[in-house]
Amino acid sequence: MSAPLEELTARESVPLVPVRSQPAARAPIGRQLAIAMAILAGLLIPLRATSFVTFELTQVMIYALAILGLNLLIGFNGQFSLGHSAFYGIGAYTAAILMSRWEVPYYLTLPAAGGVCFAVGFLFGLPALRLQGLYLALATFALAIAMPQILKFHPFEDFTGGVQGLVIDKPDPPFGLPIDADQWLSYFTLAVLLVLLAGASRLIRSRTGRAIMAIRDNPIAAAAMGINTALYKTLTFGVSALYTGVAGALGAIVVQFVAPDSFNFLLSVSFLVGLVIGGVGSIPGCLFGGLFVLFVPNIAESISIGLAGAIYGVILLIVIFVMPSGAAGFVRLTLARLAALRRPRPNTQLNPKP
Amino acid sequence: MELLLQQVMAGLATGGIYACMALAVVMIYQAIDHLNFAQGEMAMFSTFIAWQVMQWGQPYWVAFAAAVILSFLGGIAIERVLFRPIHNAPILSSIVAFIALFSILNSAAGYIWDFTIKSFPTPFGNKPLLGGALLGTHQAGMIAVTLGMLGLLYLFFRGTRLGLAMRAAAANPESARLVGIRVGWMTALGWGMAAAIGAVAGMLIAPVVFLEPNMMLGVLLYGFAGAVLGGLTSPGGAVLGGFAVGIIENLAGSFIPYVGRELKLTIALVLIVAVLMVRPSGIFGRSVVSRV
Amino acid sequence: MKRLTRRSILAAAPAAALALRAWPARAKNPGVTDTEIKIGNTVPYSGPASSYGTIGKAQAAYWKMLNDNGGINGRKVNFISYDDAYTPPKTVEMVRKLVEQDEVLCTSATLGTPTNSAIWQYMNQKKVPQLFVATGATKWNDPKGHPWTIGWQPNYQSEGHVYAAYILATKPDGKIGVLYQNDDFGKDYLKGIKDGLRDKVSMIINESPYETTDPTVDSLIVGMKAAGCDVFLNTAIPKFAAQAIRKAAEIEWKPLHVLSSVGNSVGAALKPAGLENAKDIVSDFYLKDPTDPAWQDDQARKDWLAFMDKYYPEGDKTDVGNVIGYSFGQTVAQVLKQCGDELTRENVMKQAANLHDFVVPMTLPGIKLNTTPTDFAPIKQVQMAKFTGERWELFGQLLTGASS
Repeated sequence: MSAPLEELTARESVPLVPVRSQPAARAPIGRQLAIAMAILAGLLIPLRATSFVTFELTQVMIYALAILGLNLLIGFNGQFSLGHSAFYGIGAYTAAILMSRWEVPYYLTLPAAGGVCFAVGFLFGLPALRLQGLYLALATFALAIAMPQILKFHPFEDFTGGVQGLVIDKPDPPFGLPIDADQWLSYFTLAVLLVLLAGASRLIRSRTGRAIMAIRDNPIAAAAMGINTALYKTLTFGVSALYTGVAGALGAIVVQFVAPDSFNFLLSVSFLVGLVIGGVGSIPGCLFGGLFVLFVPNIAESISIGLAGAIYGVILLIVIFVMPSGAAGFVRLTLARLAALRRPRPNTQLNPKP
Repeated sequence: MELLLQQVMAGLATGGIYACMALAVVMIYQAIDHLNFAQGEMAMFSTFIAWQVMQWGQPYWVAFAAAVILSFLGGIAIERVLFRPIHNAPILSSIVAFIALFSILNSAAGYIWDFTIKSFPTPFGNKPLLGGALLGTHQAGMIAVTLGMLGLLYLFFRGTRLGLAMRAAAANPESARLVGIRVGWMTALGWGMAAAIGAVAGMLIAPVVFLEPNMMLGVLLYGFAGAVLGGLTSPGGAVLGGFAVGIIENLAGSFIPYVGRELKLTIALVLIVAVLMVRPSGIFGRSVVSRV
Repeated sequence: MKRLTRRSILAAAPAAALALRAWPARAKNPGVTDTEIKIGNTVPYSGPASSYGTIGKAQAAYWKMLNDNGGINGRKVNFISYDDAYTPPKTVEMVRKLVEQDEVLCTSATLGTPTNSAIWQYMNQKKVPQLFVATGATKWNDPKGHPWTIGWQPNYQSEGHVYAAYILATKPDGKIGVLYQNDDFGKDYLKGIKDGLRDKVSMIINESPYETTDPTVDSLIVGMKAAGCDVFLNTAIPKFAAQAIRKAAEIEWKPLHVLSSVGNSVGAALKPAGLENAKDIVSDFYLKDPTDPAWQDDQARKDWLAFMDKYYPEGDKTDVGNVIGYSFGQTVAQVLKQCGDELTRENVMKQAANLHDFVVPMTLPGIKLNTTPTDFAPIKQVQMAKFTGERWELFGQLLTGASS
């Protein structure tokens, strides 16, 4: 009963996404237009829509940010994690504890959450270096399982509020701006998301980013070329945790409540689903992922409350069948096909008729 | 000392459940190289089918056979219909497909059979074994069946041509095709066997934990941990790993003061990860050197 | 300062009239029209807690029955229920949808402690009645701090007091082992028991928490016997309560077995565990267990069965959740009836705090719901019962456990 472990290792070296050529130095016009439109939507929707829709928009952005964190690790660095719910939870609790116990203003909790999660992620990345594939999956999974237990742990109850959780007050818009709290939080989240998206984009296009992706594509070759794989892998773990942790802090502020059992491994699973649906290895794909994770369960429920889970599963399967590389991959493929149609076909006849 | 022995035996009894599940996990891992998140739900669904057959008046062994056979066919069908079309897609897409399958089976079972727990009969009876109330007859039977399945699998893979063909197909699909092995059907067969083993596991586990749609979630977690601890390449290791997880968790809960009670699962998992640090492929797993 | 002359008033009048006309026409009351009342709730229909989903479905069936029989004050009730998968962020989202998008009059029987905690502040800030939350946590009885939230069932701590009192009365030198779920509901029970034991809290020599993802609690029971416990406080949900009962019988451990009301259903817990194994177990009730032969000829039970047959035939008649959902519906219906035509949120809350000896048919005989503006605990009483091996036999009086 020998192992196809070499099979596993061989597969591990096959990239999770098709290897892309060097990202263009300047984004093409279409892409810039799409980005502008997305930002415009983010600015206008809170002004025109109801509070509730604004709230949902904010949640989509928060999930997108969390998924982006996971993407940095899985999509760009080829590692694996089922434990990002733990980082999300750490970020959320950091914000909640700082705000409720020490009255720290909400915007300072974000860097704090990011810092704490970076440290935890980095430290976790160290032992993770030794593990591959499913073994790494188990280790991260252990983290996801441990988090609610630790949060509920009796001696920590004074800090964490134990099983009852912590309630946070909603922050008011600053400088007396004529918008309500929901709109302000939406813009705040949008700003944070844009900054972090830009950061991720620049990171990927930099030398560090190329090193990170090289490790994903062929770790042995990368090491042979002199890349300090251990350092980059642990750094990526840290940065990935940071992103998801900041998302968690935002989530706590927007929902105004944290409780231990919300941060269980099912949340990790939904991040993973959002990642794949959005497109592994695609930075803007995280927005699709966020939309999917928030809205599709609601859609499934509206079709049939008794079989909501089954319908969700079916929708998931359909999406995977139609878009195996996620939404971003689908968009890329469609654009490529459209471009191919427009391009003049090369003359393939050997003996063109005169 | 007596407490220690009792807790070890209790851990062994619970560990029997995990070992059974771990065997199913490793079985499918050997066939398809992935962890099947939906393994537990498939086992649960199979057990419900057996239960339903018994509700229709059939005796236990008829229901048992029906569940195993239907699961075998179901496993093959799932592979052919769901996973074959996406086997060229990135690995993560397959993982999402597993998650979808989990969701569908869990929801469907809840819809069809409700959430109230149901008792499931055991062919082994429920008397204490050896008179000492340390191990029940059912637990002993469960361990025996698990070891028996392990033995049969070993013989199958090492001693039959079909088993050899399956191993070849999993280890090196391209070369296997070149020698005439129908790799696609080998994978399907692997799925079918894994589903059947899962069904047996479910029917052994249900008498202990009671049958309900959410019964296998925890078991799958522990089974997975046990399989990884033992080494995903070694079914025997996985079984031992399952027992070990049961014992470790129980001892942690009973003997580590203060933290043990509330954090026993965390402690067990931390220990497993610690072991993996030393032996990154599990205790009995083989790490294979790959050609660059 | 301009003098308020007649001219200035006359000049201001058209402007005022224009302003009043431009004021957006508000609905008469949120959630209420001349023909319809909208109420909402969230319940876990999916996820690990999906077994509680039936409480929502039973309520929906109840409103259907009520509408078929004419509705309330000439209006039909539109009951909107969303799935929150027992995750607080989802609850917040769905409740905001109910309040801001669907504009319900109130929520009814939202389920779960962390989930209700998440929307507690919001509902009180928005002044929307959070009626009869489906959880036994003690904190909902807080009319001063949270005047828009009201509980329903006897809270877990007061039940814990009842158990403690019983144990002190029957086995004052006992060694207690407690099985509890490692979350808010389990810990609330534990606190109530400990508070009820007061200075004899050292009677507890074994506290065994379990998680809902644990496959079995068998080893915890073995541990209790090994530790020498002769009193067993079993506050687990039916699945684990049944495992505990069966394991105790298997290892021939016969403690004084006190079971909580959460896990005492004959059909859902005792039958799977083996009725003969459950003999002599003691528990507390506030509802009639429909699977208990004791209520065979009870009219309320017959009515309930008829309701289930007609309006929720696929529902499980052994699941006490369906009794709870039905009873929630009846309580909310009473509040709406008491409102008459004045169906505003303020009045709904006022009437909810104004229940006098209201009888919910499926509660035990003698139990009456009472609320006042300073008392937000509608059901306070329970009665103890002993299991004969076939049915529960009530004994003693209706008890009220004091809670902090």
